[in-house]
Amino acid sequence: MRVGIVTFPGSLDDIDAARAVRIAGDVPVPLWHGDHDLRGVDAVVLPGGFSYGDYLRCGAIARFAPVMTEVVAAASGGMPVLGICNGFQVLCEAHLLPGALIRNDHRRFVCRDQRLRVESATTAWTSAYQAGQEIVVPLKNGEGGFVADTDTLDRLEGEGRVVVRYVGGNPNGSLRDIAGITNGAGNVVGLMPHPEHAVESLCGPGTDGLGFFTSALQALAA
Amino acid sequence: MARVFVDVMLKPEILDPQGKAVHGALPRLGFEGVTDVRQGKRFELELDGEVTAERLDQVRAMAATLLSNPVIEDFDVQVEA
Amino acid sequence: MTDAVLDPAAIHSSVDDVARATATPDQLQPWAELGLKADEYERIHKILGRRPTSSELAMYSVMWSEHCSYKSSKVHLRRFGELPAETRVGKLLAGIGENAGVLDIGQGYAVTFKVESHNHPSYVEPYQGAATGVGGIVRDILAMGARPVAVMDALRFGPLDAPDTARVLPGIVAGVGGYGNCLGLPNIGGEVVFDDSYIGNPLVNALCVGVMRHEDLHLANATGAGNQVILYGARTGGDGIGGVSVLASETFDAATADGLSGPSKRPSVQVGDPFMEKLLIECTLELFAAGVVNGIQDLGGAGLSCATSELASAGDGGMQVWLDRVPLRDSSLAPEEILMSESQERMMAVVEPRHVEQFLAVCAKWDVDVTVVGEVTTTGRLVIDWHGEVVVDVPPRTVAHEGPVYDRPYARPADQDALQADAAEALPRPVGGAELRDTLLRLVGSPNLADKSWVTDQYDRYVRGNTVLAQPDDAGVVRVDEQTGLGVALATDCNGRFCQLDPYAGAQLALAEAYRNVAAVGAQPLAVSDCLNFGSPEDPAVMWQFERAVAGLVDGCRELGVPVTGGNVSFYNQTGDVPILPTPVVGVLGVLDDVDRRVRQGFRTPGQMIYLIGETRAELSGSQWALVEHDHLGGLPPQVDLAAERALAELLRHASRDGLIDAAHDLADGGLAQALVESCLRHDVGARVWLPDELDPFVALFSESAGRAIVAVPRSEEVRFTDMATARRVPHVRLGVVDPGDGDPLLDVQGQFSVPLIELRAAWSGTIPDAISA
Repeated sequence: MRVGIVTFPGSLDDIDAARAVRIAGDVPVPLWHGDHDLRGVDAVVLPGGFSYGDYLRCGAIARFAPVMTEVVAAASGGMPVLGICNGFQVLCEAHLLPGALIRNDHRRFVCRDQRLRVESATTAWTSAYQAGQEIVVPLKNGEGGFVADTDTLDRLEGEGRVVVRYVGGNPNGSLRDIAGITNGAGNVVGLMPHPEHAVESLCGPGTDGLGFFTSALQALAA
Repeated sequence: MARVFVDVMLKPEILDPQGKAVHGALPRLGFEGVTDVRQGKRFELELDGEVTAERLDQVRAMAATLLSNPVIEDFDVQVEA
Repeated sequence: MTDAVLDPAAIHSSVDDVARATATPDQLQPWAELGLKADEYERIHKILGRRPTSSELAMYSVMWSEHCSYKSSKVHLRRFGELPAETRVGKLLAGIGENAGVLDIGQGYAVTFKVESHNHPSYVEPYQGAATGVGGIVRDILAMGARPVAVMDALRFGPLDAPDTARVLPGIVAGVGGYGNCLGLPNIGGEVVFDDSYIGNPLVNALCVGVMRHEDLHLANATGAGNQVILYGARTGGDGIGGVSVLASETFDAATADGLSGPSKRPSVQVGDPFMEKLLIECTLELFAAGVVNGIQDLGGAGLSCATSELASAGDGGMQVWLDRVPLRDSSLAPEEILMSESQERMMAVVEPRHVEQFLAVCAKWDVDVTVVGEVTTTGRLVIDWHGEVVVDVPPRTVAHEGPVYDRPYARPADQDALQADAAEALPRPVGGAELRDTLLRLVGSPNLADKSWVTDQYDRYVRGNTVLAQPDDAGVVRVDEQTGLGVALATDCNGRFCQLDPYAGAQLALAEAYRNVAAVGAQPLAVSDCLNFGSPEDPAVMWQFERAVAGLVDGCRELGVPVTGGNVSFYNQTGDVPILPTPVVGVLGVLDDVDRRVRQGFRTPGQMIYLIGETRAELSGSQWALVEHDHLGGLPPQVDLAAERALAELLRHASRDGLIDAAHDLADGGLAQALVESCLRHDVGARVWLPDELDPFVALFSESAGRAIVAVPRSEEVRFTDMATARRVPHVRLGVVDPGDGDPLLDVQGQFSVPLIELRAAWSGTIPDAISA
């Protein structure tokens, strides 16, 4: 399987996402923000970083990059799309996912090993987990507070679209401890924590994040 | 040349940690009587030519698509007096 | 003022060009305000045979400042050059004098690393000062042709409870994080230290390490007549005009009382744009890979003055620059201001004409502004034009490399004997288990020993996915090659209190501690970069501290077999007339052939035996105990035994390579007690220890003798480990056992006291967040 990794100017965790895809047994394919095609990939990862410096709002400018037109179209057609951290922010700005990410309530950047509960194991990116399973992956962001209006939050909860939730302390003020969500079809997932930093025990808190990348493989094989 | 200002504010129901921090700091500096602070941002757009109703609509479109995120922010467009 | 377009000739006639300088020899010039001494100004006259133009004056003043010219330190720093220019792996590929030293780490890889200060700007504007400090050192590394792979920051502040610390600390930490995080470089370690002497003069020492293949090394010089000089990156604005010469060469109080300095009262603060720098990194590495650059120089302190004169000076000819081509952010800047601007995120390249087109294309891909601003000539002179008029015409070496050199007087302070006689060993000590327990709890909660995660959690330590160890581990470790596991380890250390008591020994203790920390993770220490922070060189007592510290480092490096590959000197660090503690921060870089063999810090496996390695003496002067319990600084620092340090490092490295130790932690500030606490708290795993019979329990716990570490040894490896230590004649004693406890882990010091880890954590973790949020 070929998994595209989009690099925007200011993307930082693109090489990490590519490594995670490789370790999961897939082929990472670099995609450039100015590209107009997805080079025949089967899935797309929007990696972490500070696209365009995040100077306007996180993800606000990246969402208008040429490659995003293709990503939005492919996502609507059911292609698995994963947005990590800045990628999650881009997906929200692009309205592929509801809600928005705002500055952490304590106003500081936070980097820590974060415990999460997988709430939904039916998405394209979480099928390798069991619902209720707890995992530890790094979290690192300055604007990771998930917000949405009450109706949207209730709908996300009611439709089982909260994918991962913070446990053991909310690190950024996210409403209802939400760390990641999915769209109605379950092919588009966005989350603030970084599963790509937990794919080998040598350079991270463990390998709990690998399931996101093996899930995609399963989803595509199915 | 004309100038148009776009003020973008977080919606009232969205937590504003920066505004909250400023609000907390004011009394420590001896400024009393401020009951709330919200922090926003302001864009100053320089346009060539006259500001017409059509141009203003364009600016509103810019504000709605790029300058603000309607999920969390409101905006207000004003022409320089 | 009207909007009428001015006649260009009218503007330019106001420019102080060479013709006018020749015609008006007696015109008064603000050389003193720019930090030059009368004899230095006189010397410029002599070099040029006329008075300098204002642009030349700006250039000389900034390049002859202490910060750029090292005029007070050069005579001493030359001693670093006496050290053999090789490491255990091989010859240095580039040494002192380049942007950063480069060393071979084997398998065809080379690394370059350097630590540099950004102290004064960080006091004036903590966020931007610290941020641009990170940006500057990263560009130094990049200019060598290396990909920056990690940063570290050694930070020092005034007392944690001082009101100004609440301004300076969060700003500096947010600036370091804000810039480094956005740049995508993991922050893998450093220091956070508090002392009264840093109250009006915090220290921000930023380190960066970069990796390249041997064949990718690029030295910056302008050779080959006709080659094009290209400026790329951010546009030039009024940032930090005068920052270098005024801020770093004199006390900066006067210059910055209103936040303004420089000839036109522009802000002395530089503002960083890490996004631009990220593009600059990718763009520059692509330019190197495409083979289209002959040399690249970063623009840091002294901006274009420095880059043009250094490139030309290091080359074989001259350089012609058309200054009016420089893209500006502020069109009102005068030529001398453009030359002095410290706008960040700019680089200068020397490119053969046939490669210019490709160079421009790579810049366009990364949306980086690029302009050809000059070319290499055969004139031997640096000539700078401004709209057709010559505003600079100088021999470049006189600007960049042949500035003034001072052998400043130095003298051992009269009160040094009294200071050394006032030993902390004579102070009242706690007696009995209960008092030792209370002492321990107060110490672990004191600012220098408390949990630093409030600071380090604001730094991304994971980005790039190669961080094997990061703070609070003894050293940061980054994987260099995913296939072979080759990696590098880095640590920075300095105990300024020890340096105050004896700068020679103190500098060696800083070296020994960083060396030991690198060895504690299993690496082979290879080389040193240092950042020497001191008070005013015009004070003979400070100059004595400096001379002694350099001598200590040179002698220490020789004995340990590690060269100094580069570094930085920062003088004039003082609050009023009171200098900071002498603070020679030492960074040691080591190599691991396989990072999978790295040793971590905390206890984790129940039943493993805890060994104390090295010799403990009753050494309490300068200790954290003396500071916290008696607010005392006096006596002699711990004994330096570099042969023992070397033996300890060899033991640690071999034991880790052979899998004999599962955890290691060096003993430094706070002594054995602190090392045990940190090793327990890391994974919330307790320990039961019995102090050696021959030692007084207080001394055993709180002495800060150097050359020591604790390790956790699996029972199956105990015999092999002790045999290895015995064979290498390294003192070692079984201290205890890793013991998870029954649900409520303890640090149990048998026969003395026991403390639940939960109580230790409460004392240890709240100190910094409570003080900052108060």
